[in-house]
Amino acid sequence: MTAIDYSDLLLLLVPEMILVISALAVLTADLLWAKELPAQQRHTVAFSITIAGCLAAVASLMMGISDPSPGVNWLLLGGATNTVKVGLIGLTLGALAISIRSRFTHQIGEFYLITLLSLVGMMLMASANNMLLAFVALELVSLSFYTLVAFHREKREAMEGALKYFLIGGLSAAFTLFGLSFVYGATHALNFNDIAEQLRGASWSPLLIVGLSAIAIGFGFKIAAVPMHLWAPDAYQTAAAPVASLIASASKLASFYLFARLWTLSFAEFAGNLPIGNTQIGWILILAILAIGSLVIGNVAAIVQTSLKRLLAYSAIAHAGYVLLGVMANTPDGIASVIYYLITYGLAITGTFALVLLVENSSGNDQIKSFNSFHRHYPIEAFCLLVFILSLAGIPPLAGFFGKFYLFAAALKSPVASQFMLGLVILAIAMSAVSLYYYLKVLKQVYVVANPSAEKKRRSDRTLRVIAIVMAFGVIALGCFPEVIVGDLLGDLR
Amino acid sequence: MLSWTVYSSFIGAAICALWPQLSPEGTRRAALGTAIVGFIAALGSCLQYDTTAQETVQFISKSPWIPALGIDFHLGADGISLTLVLLTGLAAITGILFSWNIESRSREFFAFFLTLIGGVYGVFISFDLFLLFVFYEIAIIPKYFLIAIWGSTRKEYGAMKLVLYSFIGSALVLVGLLATFVEAGATSFNLLELINHPFPKEFQTWAFPVTFIGFAILAGLWPFHTWAPTGHVAAPTGASMLLAGVVMKLGAYGALRFPMTLFPMGLAEWREELALLAVIGIVYGAGVALVQRDFKYVIGYSSVSHMGFVLLGLMATSEVGLSGAVLQMFSHGILASLLFGVVGRMIYSRTHTRDLTELETMQLAKKLPFAAGCFVIAGFAGMGMPGFSGFVAELQVLIGAWNTFPTLAICAGVGIVIGVCYTLRAMTRAFYAPKQAFVEPNDQALAPISVPEKAGAIILIIATTVIGLYPRLLLDLIVPSLASPMLEPLIKP
Repeated sequence: MTAIDYSDLLLLLVPEMILVISALAVLTADLLWAKELPAQQRHTVAFSITIAGCLAAVASLMMGISDPSPGVNWLLLGGATNTVKVGLIGLTLGALAISIRSRFTHQIGEFYLITLLSLVGMMLMASANNMLLAFVALELVSLSFYTLVAFHREKREAMEGALKYFLIGGLSAAFTLFGLSFVYGATHALNFNDIAEQLRGASWSPLLIVGLSAIAIGFGFKIAAVPMHLWAPDAYQTAAAPVASLIASASKLASFYLFARLWTLSFAEFAGNLPIGNTQIGWILILAILAIGSLVIGNVAAIVQTSLKRLLAYSAIAHAGYVLLGVMANTPDGIASVIYYLITYGLAITGTFALVLLVENSSGNDQIKSFNSFHRHYPIEAFCLLVFILSLAGIPPLAGFFGKFYLFAAALKSPVASQFMLGLVILAIAMSAVSLYYYLKVLKQVYVVANPSAEKKRRSDRTLRVIAIVMAFGVIALGCFPEVIVGDLLGDLR
Repeated sequence: MLSWTVYSSFIGAAICALWPQLSPEGTRRAALGTAIVGFIAALGSCLQYDTTAQETVQFISKSPWIPALGIDFHLGADGISLTLVLLTGLAAITGILFSWNIESRSREFFAFFLTLIGGVYGVFISFDLFLLFVFYEIAIIPKYFLIAIWGSTRKEYGAMKLVLYSFIGSALVLVGLLATFVEAGATSFNLLELINHPFPKEFQTWAFPVTFIGFAILAGLWPFHTWAPTGHVAAPTGASMLLAGVVMKLGAYGALRFPMTLFPMGLAEWREELALLAVIGIVYGAGVALVQRDFKYVIGYSSVSHMGFVLLGLMATSEVGLSGAVLQMFSHGILASLLFGVVGRMIYSRTHTRDLTELETMQLAKKLPFAAGCFVIAGFAGMGMPGFSGFVAELQVLIGAWNTFPTLAICAGVGIVIGVCYTLRAMTRAFYAPKQAFVEPNDQALAPISVPEKAGAIILIIATTVIGLYPRLLLDLIVPSLASPMLEPLIKP
């Protein structure tokens, strides 16, 4: 790594710096002035500062203050990375907006601070083109998330969920670091491009097999892929709704983008360069194991859930399985489809969590059956939930459909192991037919089942309704016009 | 003008769902107005269609939609599409007329209903396979809600079963669609371009059955038909009219448009097996219909039987067989709508029973002479009585099948005979049962048949009679399209 002028570095990371400053500003404002105010107003103060910070960060991304500079090849800026960063900021804002109505903590300033720090970490993950930076960013995000899950202090189960998350997370971080060090040992390079350079024409060595497998384990934890998925149901169920939504949406996007780049850039040639039988296999086999497990276990386990949050956790595991197909495509198309899928998935899941919170606030739990007569009490929210759930199920014209379609098309277009890919795509499509069953079970409660005892009027919640409407609009608009995201992405990635 | 069939339906659905303070009466009128607009657009397109032109696919409107994958928003129609678009228009209007009694949550009902119609129109006029698939899936979800909320008899079970079957079918289609796209170079979903791509025989041999069965599940191909009777019985009248009337045709149309057009070599490999399944469907459906106690199940299984004729006609792969299949789609669409209208709305919503043994005691022919008359007409037309649409269609299918598979054609003929039996059995038991001395006659008074019901029934009766007497109205649309270069490899292998 060449020496770098720190003022240059500061300029490259303007959006991140803005967010750090606004995180500190939120904490200061909350502790100095807002502490005496009622919780609602503290949220208003904190959220306003955060919005200002996020808008400034988006503006600096759009204006290209932090454009790629030729000397810095350990940081990836501009192009698709910017799209991802805007997505991350938007999804984090969505989660913070949900927190306004979520009564889980009194430490509002601290909550915003840690959430914004995790956002900075995720943006650095998106930018990292260097294994060390990637790991540091990854740890920033992980440590923030452990804290956030444990924020729900009044609830005993939240402690259990947080501990599980932390222990498995710590273990997988060790695996990641272990794997990265093996790759460094094999290549003597840290930058993703340099690794690719070193590996050109090389063949598999034991060092690489161990290294890539260990990285895959760490990666599998971040995206909650089977068999590293066991933390997810507990963490989703016990964490507060905004935290769960953050873990499900933004964190997935950042992790997938980082690892997809690592796999397809540094190890591009190793995707399928090992002839086994009459197919060429490589690291796609490692990811395929994760994908198959996630698709099957996620979708099947979701069928029997009675809690909507747990159902969403298992469906998130299944969705990780679909998205892995895009990574395995090992092409720009694949990465573009991953980004599109996760941004739109994030919108749908954030909106769903907003409505879960609405039901939790009125009925005290997140059981699926608490959603009965939902459409009568909240007709607009019910329509939004219909949009989210159908998008998760992959029904056109919603974004989830084109997302899946694009992932599958990218996987099939991939030059690697085409027969093998076809088999995986068929499995994924079959599993998405299974998923429709449990998604419809939720919608059945929302629209079909009428509960005569629940006739009393329930209070509506304008904040959550606005979040749901915004997210539903995003899901519909991006579903009808996917070109808005996809069009530029492909050009950038090629 | 053609595209307005789709747009108007979705706009109508949005109006029904969103317009503030819409009364049930207002919603019904808005929905009916929408359906009429759609029908006028459909009829106008049929009249404007140039049957002599070299280019059979007309009214093309095409603009890029998702260039990253070569997807266009590409609408158009040939004679086959137009026949089915016209059918959809008729089924939409009459379905709404027969749903005039929906009072609970009527806005949602008609919003789902019109969304379904919009999806169906869209499938029939899409010439981009991606777009076709999108519309095909849009048509799935409203069915669940229509049945689960407003249905009867095990409605939630029937709705879930129907939707899962449809979705599994569309999953198979999706596999085939993706494989086709990649195989053809991953640049376009345009059907008119894909037909020029020489798909290798090996590919066709597996891609054809996958996509064909995917579509045929929705067309009620035996043994994947079991969703149809349960779904039709559970559905509210308007929805069963649509399901049997047009949704099952989506499957047959899709099968003709996509796998049969693109993979003629694959078709040649699988033709006998599929024709056999179609004939089993004809005979089995008719046989099961013969022993049902629930009046609606009789109609449900008769639909499976009649759709078997469509599939048999498709498998004949001759001009006469295919035109018979398309005509049978139209004819069965009209007759199934009429039968479900009579049984579900005119009888069931008045007597609250569909059990034939209970209906026997009611002397319905005297109490509801109009319903009896409609059923007699629809029943005889369905049996294949000359002068109605069913006769021309089934005759052509049988001629086509005779040329290709004589044995199977004879078996299908047996199905027609059983068809006569179950129709007559249901007719006599429901309407014309003799007074039995030892049974307490049920003399409850029934509400008279309402004006919307009469209007709907008369529209359908006119349609079947006109086509029965003068089939050339439709054949002039269908036959030139069958002779087009697009279907040439299919007909002359």
